[in-house]
Amino acid sequence: MNVGPAAAAASPQTENFALPPSAATPSVLLEATGLVKHYPKVKAVDGVSLQLYAGTCLGLLGPNGAGKSTTIEMLEGSLPPTAGTIRYRGEPLGDRFRQESGIQFQKTALQEFLTVRETVELFHGLYDHTLPIDEVLRLCALEELEGRDNKKLSGGQLQRLLLAVALVNDPNVLFLDEPTTGLDPQARRAFWELVQGIKARGTTVLLTTHYMDEAYVLCDRIIIMDHGKFIAEGTPRGLIEEHFGEGAAERPGPEGRPHNLEDLFLKLTGRDLRT
Amino acid sequence: MNRNTRRFAPLRRLLALLHARNLEFVRDRRTLGWNLLMPFGIVFAFAFIFSGPEKPLFKVGILTPQGVTLAQAKAANLHPLLGTRFVDFYTPDNADAAVRKLSRHQVDLLLDLRSMAPDKSASTATATAIAREPAHYWVNPDSPKGYITEQLLRLNDRSAVRNTVSGKAISYVDWVLPGILGLNLMFSSVFGAGYVIVRYRKSGYLRRLRATPLTAFEFLSAQVLSRLLLVMTIATLVFVPLTWIVGLHVAGSGLLLFLLASLGALSLISLGLVVAAYVSSEELAGGLLNLCTWPMMLLSGVWYSLEGSSAWLQRIAQALPLTHLLDGARAIMIDGAGIAEVWPHMAILAGMVLVFLVISAAGFKWRVE
Repeated sequence: MNVGPAAAAASPQTENFALPPSAATPSVLLEATGLVKHYPKVKAVDGVSLQLYAGTCLGLLGPNGAGKSTTIEMLEGSLPPTAGTIRYRGEPLGDRFRQESGIQFQKTALQEFLTVRETVELFHGLYDHTLPIDEVLRLCALEELEGRDNKKLSGGQLQRLLLAVALVNDPNVLFLDEPTTGLDPQARRAFWELVQGIKARGTTVLLTTHYMDEAYVLCDRIIIMDHGKFIAEGTPRGLIEEHFGEGAAERPGPEGRPHNLEDLFLKLTGRDLRT
Repeated sequence: MNRNTRRFAPLRRLLALLHARNLEFVRDRRTLGWNLLMPFGIVFAFAFIFSGPEKPLFKVGILTPQGVTLAQAKAANLHPLLGTRFVDFYTPDNADAAVRKLSRHQVDLLLDLRSMAPDKSASTATATAIAREPAHYWVNPDSPKGYITEQLLRLNDRSAVRNTVSGKAISYVDWVLPGILGLNLMFSSVFGAGYVIVRYRKSGYLRRLRATPLTAFEFLSAQVLSRLLLVMTIATLVFVPLTWIVGLHVAGSGLLLFLLASLGALSLISLGLVVAAYVSSEELAGGLLNLCTWPMMLLSGVWYSLEGSSAWLQRIAQALPLTHLLDGARAIMIDGAGIAEVWPHMAILAGMVLVFLVISAAGFKWRVE
């Protein structure tokens, strides 16, 4: 399944499709073909393919156990696939990918006795090409917290620090794996603003989330995944209209409100509780 | 909730937690297995090492003829003293080292039988020694145990030629202090490096580092150097005051001792990394790190010398990094040994560092499987 500008051009949400400002034909930054991941008793990912175009934000959605975390871990290069290939700028994932990618994992502990600035400095030292530390702190609204110990940060502050760590090398591609899980609504919205700012810099983003409003706000394109396979892809509004009719994202439906991504998600993946 | 239930609520809560913890413990099979095997292993090891028919009262070094082992010398009745009970006979590596030990009262008597050869034509039952010339022996006249041992020798062999060496007895404190310092270095190195990495892995911090250009070798090297800096700083801060407080004397070069200790610490840290490279459970890591440290605590000569113990036990001891650290440190501190004497220990320690680091880097796991 391709996720790219060709599909976006046919979508009603073409105007939201963030392409790199100077690129007439955006290049494929990351390409996965026939990805499979088997565990001893589970086929977590069952032959998925995607193309991630430079300067866009792609959302990977799915219920618990759908295989999205496994997929993103393979794309991040932290989990080897059982079968299939992943290429970054046409090359297998390697040193260049590590130098040019930024990752915010779902759960990451940092060294407790380091301050915010010291933590950013640590990761700053691991890359060849970096942003100035003060700029990273400013981008993530951490200037006032730079002297605070990591262990004293709130959930939202810690997520901002993890984002700062992911941005320290001015990445071409940024992976955000459920970055706002557990945050209060204010912190989530503040985080969205940060991601919007990062997108505006032309950074390519791959996001997984359980929050449909988050995907709607941040993603140019989304893929919905279930049982290890991709079951839908397109722009958020395009998919809503494809399944609920033209204008369904704006005019009130049977429930007295416009259809949204959550309606689509439940329609495609069912209402049964996943165990 | 009825009154009885409320009355016993604290107990109920305690039992609920106890039950849950016990289930967790029983279901973590590797940790459970370790907790069952460890006490057995320690008890059997102690029983085996310290078992023996009799406890010797005196220690006598025997310089045997070339190609003749102590057992063969005893079997051939090479000298009548060899039949004496409650004497710990051993064959020193070389005569000079044995004389040095004699001067420090660590050995009670040294008997030179190199001029004798067993009579191979005689049957075992009537085996006798053919002496080319009288046996020579060395004794320290200032040593009380040396005096008694000499009397035993004279009872058996009046023709033996007496040689004397002088020197004050080395106190047990002087001998054991390097061992205690080495033990501290071992625990700090092995556990300090090992636990931290297991904790990093469990918390996901290692996985985050893996997403950067950092390599396993770079990460491990940084951990090794950081721990080395810490343990050597602490060791120096402990050691220097000890030289004033208890009069700990270093006969050899302090710099050489520092280099040897650094190499020893490096090998012990690397050993900790071998465990940390493969394990994700802190409890299992604790067990395996204990498995690494207990044999060294028992067999590396921390508390007592293994000289005179069985050959296989000594072979095991030679495979342990702490043995080489302590042997080298005592040689420098007590005998004033230089680089020419201690380089074999340093070379072995360096080899261990290399092997342990290669094993760690090759199997290093960035994430919990």
